[in-house]
Amino acid sequence: MLEVKNISVVFNEGTVDEKVALDGIDLRLDKGDFVTVIGSNGAGKSTLMNVIAGHLFPDVGDVFINDKEVTDLPEYKRSWFVGRVFQDPMAGTAPSMTIEENLAMAYSRNKKRRLTFGVTKSRREMFKEYLATLNLGLENRLNAKVGLLSGGERQALSLLMTTFTNPDILLLDEHTAALDPSRAELITQITKNVVAESGLTTLMVTHNMQQALDLGNRLIMMDKGQIIFEARGKEKERLTVEDLLREFRRIRGEQFEDDRAVLG
Amino acid sequence: MFLSMFGAVESGVIYAIMALGVYLTFRILDFPDLTVDGSFVTGAAVAALSIINEIPPIIATALAGIAGFLAGIMTGLIHTKGKVNALLSGILMMTALYSINLRILGQPTLSVHTETTIFDQLATVWGEGLDNVFNSLIGIFGLDRFPSTWGILIAMFIVTFIIKLITDYFLKTEVGLAIRAIGDNKRMIRSLSANTDNLTIIGVALSNGLVAFSGGLIAQYGGFADVGMGIGMIVIGLASVIIGEALFGTRTIARATLAVILGAIIYRMIVTLALRVDFLESGDMKLITAIIVIIALVSPKILQAQREKKRRLEKRKAMQGGSSHA
Repeated sequence: MLEVKNISVVFNEGTVDEKVALDGIDLRLDKGDFVTVIGSNGAGKSTLMNVIAGHLFPDVGDVFINDKEVTDLPEYKRSWFVGRVFQDPMAGTAPSMTIEENLAMAYSRNKKRRLTFGVTKSRREMFKEYLATLNLGLENRLNAKVGLLSGGERQALSLLMTTFTNPDILLLDEHTAALDPSRAELITQITKNVVAESGLTTLMVTHNMQQALDLGNRLIMMDKGQIIFEARGKEKERLTVEDLLREFRRIRGEQFEDDRAVLG
Repeated sequence: MFLSMFGAVESGVIYAIMALGVYLTFRILDFPDLTVDGSFVTGAAVAALSIINEIPPIIATALAGIAGFLAGIMTGLIHTKGKVNALLSGILMMTALYSINLRILGQPTLSVHTETTIFDQLATVWGEGLDNVFNSLIGIFGLDRFPSTWGILIAMFIVTFIIKLITDYFLKTEVGLAIRAIGDNKRMIRSLSANTDNLTIIGVALSNGLVAFSGGLIAQYGGFADVGMGIGMIVIGLASVIIGEALFGTRTIARATLAVILGAIIYRMIVTLALRVDFLESGDMKLITAIIVIIALVSPKILQAQREKKRRLEKRKAMQGGSSHA
């Protein structure tokens, strides 16, 4: 369960570059909720992610995970509860280490790291089983350095590394945006399966409206640091891309033409 | 010739421990740590002072390692908590250590020639019988001048190899994997709940512990500790790491640490050979070392660029040839 209450973040406060990134955001995800977030560039989507992950601290407001306040918990401590997949396929893995070593590091995410072998025989078997679910043949390349994998393979591995320890909150930060369409489709499919199977509480930022409609049980639209539209359940299922564009135009008509290019 | 090479290998194996320390920071943490120039002397000074004060040599050597560990913690703290650039934190600590080392020594040079060192103790355990065995073995190759003892070489090989194995093991543990990830993808390992500040401090501390341990042994091997003996030590460490990696590869951690040890030995052999050249003096060694490191760092890139250029030229030629036929 995730709850953010009245979060505000202002960059460069008091200068000519002042920018309100988040303006009193309230959002609550119940256990098992899968929320997709859309919005134009600069709407505050990434800032919201960073605040939840503990990479940024809000000027005002509080963050709760499982009813516990975590507002001041630094990123490395908060990642006990929060798993995150970045947009850059290179960001989520260590290139000069092997696939099994990367998985071992991810396996320690919600445990205390000890002075025992990171990769043991039994863990190796477990890693193989998890890798097999990706259908990429990575289970036969446990000792390959991750830097040798393609962008799509690395992102699939990042997604697996983040999810196989069942984080309380899963953050997906435009994690298919840097991939070609077929790879993006593959990662979207894997995301769908994993979240459905493990029932992870998920917040996913995307630029792709169709993807935002296809995935999850809730959808929010952000603009200028605020949540301007929300749909859930049956209401969300009936939505189309055209509806979203119409909704966006209704609320923020003035810059519709600019944003159509970005959102489409 | 054989005897001078023997001496080169002997000291090379001791310096290899220092090189392993440099490998930990330079390669694993991606942290070019200049503390080494200071902490090497700190180790030598602590060992020398302890031995003069009748502390058993084995404990004196251990104390040297601990002193280096503490120096490394300081550098790590300045860098992580103080948010000071890695190079600058090392330089600051190195400079601070110069004064501290002078305080420990009490004078610029402290001799332990007349004291019982760890190598003197070793000689009493070793015995002449073993030396005779090794000497008769090399006698087969027609050599007639024998080293005074084989004990130091064999014992240091064992010690260095044990340190290598512990390093290999450590870098494969859960903590070790996280430390390796700091040098590889810091943001990722932080998002996997690793406290990168503390792990960096541990890594730099272990590195300087090894460096100072090596310094403590060198002081006993050479019979003195001198406040200037650490100058350029980081470059010697880098030279060992780079030579070893270039010759023996880095495919796995175990391979890389072995390469570093062999690199340290080969570096000493190069130095010994260079000193036999008439117009070179021992003071020229720093210059030669720096040149070795520069060549080792630069030449792979130049070679790569040349290969790439050649490949493109050939491809163009091949395409032109193809089109003229068509």
